Amino acid sequence: MQTPFGKETYLYWYEIMLLLRRFEEKTGQLYGMQKIRGFCHLYIGQEAVAAGTMTAIRDDDNMITAYRDHGLAIAKGMSPKECMAELYGKATGCTKGKGGSMHFFSKEKRFFGGHGIVGGQIGLGAGIAFADMYHNNDRVTVCYFGDGAARQGLLHETFNMAMLWNLPVIFVCENNYYAMGTSIERTSKTLDIYRLADAYDMPADSVDGMSCEEVHKAMERAVRRAREKGGPTFLEVKTYRYRGHSMSDPAKYRTKEEVEEYKDKDPINQVLKTIMDNKWATEAEIEAINEKVRQEVEESVQFAEESPWPDDSELYKDIYVDENYPYITD
Amino acid sequence: MSRIIPFRQALREAMQEEMRRDDSIFLMGEEVAQYNGAYKVSQGMLDEFGERRVIDTPIAELGFAAIAVGASSNGTRPIVEFMTWNFAVLALDQILNHAAKMVSMSGGQFSCPIVFRGPNGSAGQLGAQHSQAFESWYANIPGLKVISVSNPYDAKGLLKSAIRDNDPVVFMESEVMYGDEGEVPEEEYLIPIGKARIAREGNDVTIVSFNKMMKVALGAAEELAKEGISAEVIDLRTIRPLDWETIVNSVKKTNRLVIVEEQWPFASVSSEISYRVQKEAFDYLDAPIRRITSADTNMHYAPNLVAAYLPDVPRTVKLVKEVMYLVK
Repeated sequence: MQTPFGKETYLYWYEIMLLLRRFEEKTGQLYGMQKIRGFCHLYIGQEAVAAGTMTAIRDDDNMITAYRDHGLAIAKGMSPKECMAELYGKATGCTKGKGGSMHFFSKEKRFFGGHGIVGGQIGLGAGIAFADMYHNNDRVTVCYFGDGAARQGLLHETFNMAMLWNLPVIFVCENNYYAMGTSIERTSKTLDIYRLADAYDMPADSVDGMSCEEVHKAMERAVRRAREKGGPTFLEVKTYRYRGHSMSDPAKYRTKEEVEEYKDKDPINQVLKTIMDNKWATEAEIEAINEKVRQEVEESVQFAEESPWPDDSELYKDIYVDENYPYITD
Repeated sequence: MSRIIPFRQALREAMQEEMRRDDSIFLMGEEVAQYNGAYKVSQGMLDEFGERRVIDTPIAELGFAAIAVGASSNGTRPIVEFMTWNFAVLALDQILNHAAKMVSMSGGQFSCPIVFRGPNGSAGQLGAQHSQAFESWYANIPGLKVISVSNPYDAKGLLKSAIRDNDPVVFMESEVMYGDEGEVPEEEYLIPIGKARIAREGNDVTIVSFNKMMKVALGAAEELAKEGISAEVIDLRTIRPLDWETIVNSVKKTNRLVIVEEQWPFASVSSEISYRVQKEAFDYLDAPIRRITSADTNMHYAPNLVAAYLPDVPRTVKLVKEVMYLVK
């Protein structure tokens, strides 16, 4: 099988997607056991979006997304340990037990969150890009949101200014067809979300989000455009979440057949098939990757279990940078 | 050396001095650049700093606030001008849900050094949607600091502090004060956030106010002085954090407190002050704490209804006399 991508790329895609899948499956189990609380939105099914992005961007590029953030955070380089500990609410979590599932952040990995107000991060992402343009460096920002957020007014205000100011930002709509329980047909007459960019003369593409190759190719073009001061791009990436919107959603608004149809296009299976067809790995080597991922997830759970809760005194920390802020306490 | 300069110039000087000092600061808002500011606060700043740092925006408060908040989390220090705080309501999601929560949600990793500034409160017969005072709204929000100034000297010193602050600051001005003149030193100075100022010393009653209602408070004190009543007038300057010690110390001296503000009455700044003073100085009070706020209504257009809506000197004088049991 001919492919423009080599063995290394496919093995990376396989391992990172498997890690995201196994991490989220474990997260779902632990949620059922009430080890993880709060709102929790799993990334299962959408892994190719994260994997295809990561091979097209630089480590020092910026990423920001909504509350379905576990997959992108880990793909961006955050450790499963700090992420699992955050899901538990432990002091060793990526935000010290302050953000939880919806608010993963890592300054070191340039992962700007994890945001809980649908669409709010669309403007923030443009702003992060604005700062890099202001300081005249060549970083780009990848800003993710869902098909639900595409119906927010902030998208239009942001698209307009991002084009006006030629910001180095890539807007990625992860269209998984459901805004919580409302299918895209029920939220707009414009079903091709990428066409929203037309109103602002923004280059846009519709991308197969079940394919790492397609995500990578579209992302690479967009990244080059942004890095070479060509301005923003809007990618509508058609993907699918196998689970409900959040852990409390039984997803009765769609059929089992629809879910199974997408599982047939599963990105992990597709990448594995390419690896095996090209004889880039033996079954034993694949098994070794599977085992490594299994261990990594197990270790993250053990780490979270053994970590302490944040100290009660943390209640009044990290609200302000100003450490002497006089809180009202009575 | 001091000069007499208008309020808008004091604000402009604060921004200019800070922008000369630190390249990461920029000014963004509607009409701030080519038009030289809707109220001419930013006059001449485009010429001095250029299009990179003085940036006109479309009329999209939510959008440009979001871009500024994002930019502040990535190494810049934006000043966002809202044409009025009435329009900033469209941006409240970014101020409340994003700017105010950036530090805490990220466990202290990301911060939001940003100033949101603009005129606040009523400015004549502008009707219901252009006349609202928002100090108590923003003062309710952990993660923000809230400043509301009454004169050019405080405006300059506190705006410079706000720009240097590493947390998001909401900075309230007033359309009707931009032309007010006051003494401002040539030399650089800063005023610390969170410190009230005793604008007039007195012994018989404490009057607390801020922003343009300070004119009412000082006007009332002047009238009362003619009748031999000595009012101490405190200008809060910062609403959050509230300098309640200065208020309590004054009340321990005067034993009486009247608050004058342009907020609506429910859960207003005076509500918070009243709670604090009854808790910290209960035994010092010789009369109930009283207040005069905007009417618990929307502002109407007719001039008599505007006058009836806002606090004024005669009603403040009467309230002071009531807490002194001079009238019933």
